[in-house]
Amino acid sequence: MDLTLNAEELHFRDTLRGWLQANVPPPWTVPLKSEESKRAHLEYLRDWQRTMFDGGWAGVSWPKEHGGRGITIIQQSIFQEELALAGAPQQLGVIGEGLVGPTIIAVGTEAQKQQFLKPLLKGEHIWCQGFSEPNAGSDLAALNTRAVLDGDHYVVNGQKIWTSFGHVANWCLLVVRTDASVAKHKGLTCLLVDMASQGVAVRPLKMLTGDSEFNEMFFTDVRVPVANVLGKVNEGWGVALTALGNERANLGTGLYMMFKRDCDALIAKAATIRRNGKPITDDPLVRQKLAQAHLDLEVFRLNSLRTLSGMNNTHAPGPEGSILKLYWSEMNQRNAQIAIEVLGLSGQSWDFDEGRWAFNYLRSRGNTIEAGTSEIQRNILAQRVLGLPRSY
Amino acid sequence: MEFDLSKPQKLLREAARATLSQNCPLTRVRERMASQDFHDKSLWQLIADQGWVGLHLDENLGGLGLGLVELAVVAEEMGRACLPCPFLATTWAASLLAEVAHADSASTLSFMADGSLTASVALMDPDSDWDVESVQTHLSPTPAGWQLSGHKSMVLDAAEVDTLLCVVRKGNEIAVVSVSTRASGVKCTQTRVLDATRRLYDVRFDAVAISTKDIIAVGDQAISAIEYSTRVATLVACAEMLGGMQWIRETTLDYAKTRKQFDRTIGSYQAVQHQCADMLLMTESARAATYYAAWALSVNAPDSNKSVAIAKAYCSDAGREVAHRGVQVHGGIGFTWEHDLHLFLKRIKVNEFLFGDASWQREQIAKLILL
Repeated sequence: MDLTLNAEELHFRDTLRGWLQANVPPPWTVPLKSEESKRAHLEYLRDWQRTMFDGGWAGVSWPKEHGGRGITIIQQSIFQEELALAGAPQQLGVIGEGLVGPTIIAVGTEAQKQQFLKPLLKGEHIWCQGFSEPNAGSDLAALNTRAVLDGDHYVVNGQKIWTSFGHVANWCLLVVRTDASVAKHKGLTCLLVDMASQGVAVRPLKMLTGDSEFNEMFFTDVRVPVANVLGKVNEGWGVALTALGNERANLGTGLYMMFKRDCDALIAKAATIRRNGKPITDDPLVRQKLAQAHLDLEVFRLNSLRTLSGMNNTHAPGPEGSILKLYWSEMNQRNAQIAIEVLGLSGQSWDFDEGRWAFNYLRSRGNTIEAGTSEIQRNILAQRVLGLPRSY
Repeated sequence: MEFDLSKPQKLLREAARATLSQNCPLTRVRERMASQDFHDKSLWQLIADQGWVGLHLDENLGGLGLGLVELAVVAEEMGRACLPCPFLATTWAASLLAEVAHADSASTLSFMADGSLTASVALMDPDSDWDVESVQTHLSPTPAGWQLSGHKSMVLDAAEVDTLLCVVRKGNEIAVVSVSTRASGVKCTQTRVLDATRRLYDVRFDAVAISTKDIIAVGDQAISAIEYSTRVATLVACAEMLGGMQWIRETTLDYAKTRKQFDRTIGSYQAVQHQCADMLLMTESARAATYYAAWALSVNAPDSNKSVAIAKAYCSDAGREVAHRGVQVHGGIGFTWEHDLHLFLKRIKVNEFLFGDASWQREQIAKLILL
């Protein structure tokens, strides 16, 4: 057991840190109220992706032959940490780089690799993921969007929901049903769909926060070339699981840095507030809550490090990733609650701190639903880690 | 970066598990619980012969020269076995002695390491907490030297061990004095705690004569030695709780896989599965926190003090929770004296409060993060 970085890891960190110091753009400050500001922000993020690509820092976890650096999982964690420390903009290609790209590398054809990988890293292709449907959430394999073969195209009809980046994406990894006559897991296929195709409609989905982070997507007689089948026809379930495994494994460090910013900001904010003539940070109950938030976050960090280190040895995301997902989602809900408790009635106001804590509280309620509900994560732990029988 | 145990650390764990499962079955633990003569001397000698007492101390002090991660490995296995020996107390005292440059330390420590001498630390006054500075028990000067009169509470294994390292005030300064438990004027009265596999005592000192050479540390040196050794002991308590959590989690899972109700194993019901999944999450999180703290303290990392407080706060809350869920999943049988679950529940319960419970630890964390 040794948690210090080795020479190679230190070298990687220092090289990256130097590059980030020279290349990270000033932070975006314009509120995203108008359509114009949203478009400009998208270009800002696209420029950053291009800068990362030109500097050789896009797709760092990918194998070298596909334009990446082939870095270890621990270096990936360092990468996320350094980006956050440097105040780098959000990564626009997070679904493409973290989820779609590795899946194309794993099961795609040579032509698909040629067509998609480089534009993805350059930020020319922004990807979204068409998995969940109104009637297929936790039970993803029950999805109903159909694709019927017509000559050298599949014709797609159906609806997807909860699509992150759907409104800005120009490509979609779509899971469809190609055979309704077999067991539900066996009739699925993955397609790579051009979002500019005739018959694709995207509608932002307003969340209970009032923001739109996800979308609904409607497919009406959308024609997708057979060449855009990813993996084999009717073997899309395995492809989707490959993609989701990458999703759960990739999140840890970036999430930690995001939650840490919130936790540190809460402590800093609390230090400025007085109640009944005394700083609230003198109140033993407030001190307990802030310390609990800090320690909960720290235990998440240590769980992440341990999982990363294990993956570094086994080279595969395991079902233990479900411990992390459970931990961070429930922790963030606890800490978002602590924040508004500590800050008092004003903490939940949209007019306090630009509504930061109000938003965090509301947004955190989705954490135990997105990327696999807590109930599904507990099933995975019970059945795939502890060896208990399948259960309904 | 490597979070996992190294190969030698894994071998140590296997050796400790094999030795303890062979020599310290729970039937033996139950015999000691019922016995007047609590301290299992032959088991203690066996543990000393393995080199586990003072394993983290330098070789010139009689130790094995290993680190705190190795200490945590062994302590976890002891927790899993519910070991009825003064390991926690002696490790605390040995770590304290190793921190002070006292003429007799080296020879005393070698006797502790070879099993011939056991010791404990008498820290808390009846009205103080785990903070060293809250101690008020005074050492008074006499023509011949010093004398100690006063009262220490909740002293681990006091009547079982040979020597007490007693935390006192000498004038305004904190000091540590070494007192034989057989010295005239020392009286140990058992405080019956929930955990019958470990004993705590009220110790009264009535004009106990203390020679100057028995004052082993004074002032800042005493405070830093007490604080450091208490952190090591806190770590041992965390690792013990972790071992107990692991035993409860595994035993509960085995039960869920075999116990049938409504013609199906109870582990086939999601309500039970989710209890088991939560126990796994809490046990593994406690493991991450405990081993990180052991590593951080061993390399004197900048966050080492905070990491020990975090581990103890987390283990105190999670250990209790895992024990409660274990009893719940077992149902009626888990509520019986006959089942071994309550041994672990009670061991964890006392460890929850030793060296400060979660609330006390959170206040220590607050002091470090709120400037």
